[in-house]
Amino acid sequence: MEKVFGHPVSLKNVQTHFCPGCQHGTIHRLVAEAIDHFGVQQRTIGVASVGCSVFLYGYFDIDVVEAPHGRAPAVATGVKRVHQDRIVFTYQGDGDLAAIGTSEIIHAANRGEKMTVIFVNNTTYGMTGGQMAPTTLPGQKTVTSPYGRDVGIDGYPIRMAELLSVLEGTAYVARVAVNSPKNLLQAGKVIRRAFEYQVENRGFSFVEVLSACPTNWGMNPLKANERVESEMIPYFHLGTFKDIAG
Amino acid sequence: MSKRLFVKGNEAVAMGAIAAGCRYYFGYPITPQSDIPEYMSRELPRLGGVFIQAESEIASINMLLGASASGARGMTSSSSPGISLKQEGLSYMAGSELPGLIVNICRSGPGLGGIDASQGDYFQSVKGGGHGGYHLIVLAPHSVQEMYDLTILGFDLSDRYRVPAMLLGDSVIGQMKEALVPHPYVAPELPAKDWAVTGKGGRSDQKIVKSLFLGDGELEAHNWRLHDKYRLLKENEVRYEGVELDDAELTVTAFGSAARIAKTAIAMARREGLKVGLLRPITLFPFPEKAFAAATARCKRVLCIELNAGQMVEDVRLSVTRDADVYFYGRPPGAGSLPTPEELLEQIRKHYKD
Repeated sequence: MEKVFGHPVSLKNVQTHFCPGCQHGTIHRLVAEAIDHFGVQQRTIGVASVGCSVFLYGYFDIDVVEAPHGRAPAVATGVKRVHQDRIVFTYQGDGDLAAIGTSEIIHAANRGEKMTVIFVNNTTYGMTGGQMAPTTLPGQKTVTSPYGRDVGIDGYPIRMAELLSVLEGTAYVARVAVNSPKNLLQAGKVIRRAFEYQVENRGFSFVEVLSACPTNWGMNPLKANERVESEMIPYFHLGTFKDIAG
Repeated sequence: MSKRLFVKGNEAVAMGAIAAGCRYYFGYPITPQSDIPEYMSRELPRLGGVFIQAESEIASINMLLGASASGARGMTSSSSPGISLKQEGLSYMAGSELPGLIVNICRSGPGLGGIDASQGDYFQSVKGGGHGGYHLIVLAPHSVQEMYDLTILGFDLSDRYRVPAMLLGDSVIGQMKEALVPHPYVAPELPAKDWAVTGKGGRSDQKIVKSLFLGDGELEAHNWRLHDKYRLLKENEVRYEGVELDDAELTVTAFGSAARIAKTAIAMARREGLKVGLLRPITLFPFPEKAFAAATARCKRVLCIELNAGQMVEDVRLSVTRDADVYFYGRPPGAGSLPTPEELLEQIRKHYKD
């Protein structure tokens, strides 16, 4: 009998430390499935960022370098320039990539570094305890925006996928969500395509994944998924913003 | 006979790096060290290497972190304010036990300060600089030849101990031209970089380069391991130059450019019959503690000269014998504040017998 579903080879068979309803585990799996799909586990190097995603090496069975806060695209640049035939990806949260690391992501993308960036956007600083992120939605209450994000004071949530898509250096830029079976299946395809870009040495690929943080949002997992649909997707539109292959 | 060249100190650094097999350079322009990235941008592509002018000093040190974690010999260079920006990455490299060469051609501060020669970054260089409690290997050249030689030594020591190395020069030593005899690099036997990330490539274990240690006792053990390496450096890798110390009644100490001026002043003092010697630290970390203890066991007076308001003098005080007198003469940097040999001679006369 043909085996049609199993545990990804690139993912260790361990329990995650993530909170109930957190979607890092799901996104990890999608990334691992993409690595397995192209059979590149043995030549993939991950770059871990700070925050909830730092424990990348605990879940992925690949070589991993840990980067300082926001600097993963610069670290990955160093790795990829040395190991040009390896698959190099970063896995970063929104505080990491869209606040302290804005400079590094924009310039790595603009240089067209042949790497893949998985950007997990949950509109808050998760591990730090639910503070306002650059992606926090207008009116959203967090522990540092207790009256709700006021765009007159705090500015607007940054749409990173749209921002990066206008740079000449990017090859593939898309935004997906993992809050429903339909979106999850689409996210899997998009993440695979992002890795395909690197496997084919075509350029910089970027996938923003809308993700739930039930703990810091103060919601149960189901409500959190509903929030992704009703509040996040209307602001952070899903879709492919750039695909040089058309 | 080897070719004798007439080059700038900064060029000697770049030439030394290339001789030592460094093929990865990441940096950001800043005066007075920009000759280094300019040289590397010209030469590295021809050698199959990589030169990246990063968007910032922060990005460049992290590119070095990535290249080093990948097992490559790489470097970055900058000047004082840029080195401040690199401190986060330096702490991470130290915590992750990554080798690499960081060149600081100092200018004057604090803040934007000026572009004159300064030794105001001594504390920042030898006391950690970034967070968390670590050391770099710090080498202080005082000639163009040493800019070349110590660059090579920096790479080798850094690889041997997995401790980032800093070459600490200043705008005088970086910008001046003098003779250089570039010798061919003889690679010493160094430990294999079996910790580097390469992609598993069939290995059963995964390589993880990190500085996060959350388990009970893990971080303390990691820190003790780092400090054990610093202890080994103190035992095995101290370098200094002693000039006419045997009969000296006053030991002058200075490093880098200040030592060049001090050497002239000491020669003038000797002509006057004053028995003065020089103890010039070449490694600022590990500091030549034992050499100071030995020198002051016989001669109880030390005059420390620096191009700042007093930084290395603290390490001198910690290193001399208990009853030695330590005097200090320094000039915080700025246009026109470089001390003259005559000025230092006056200080030598003043402290010779008092």
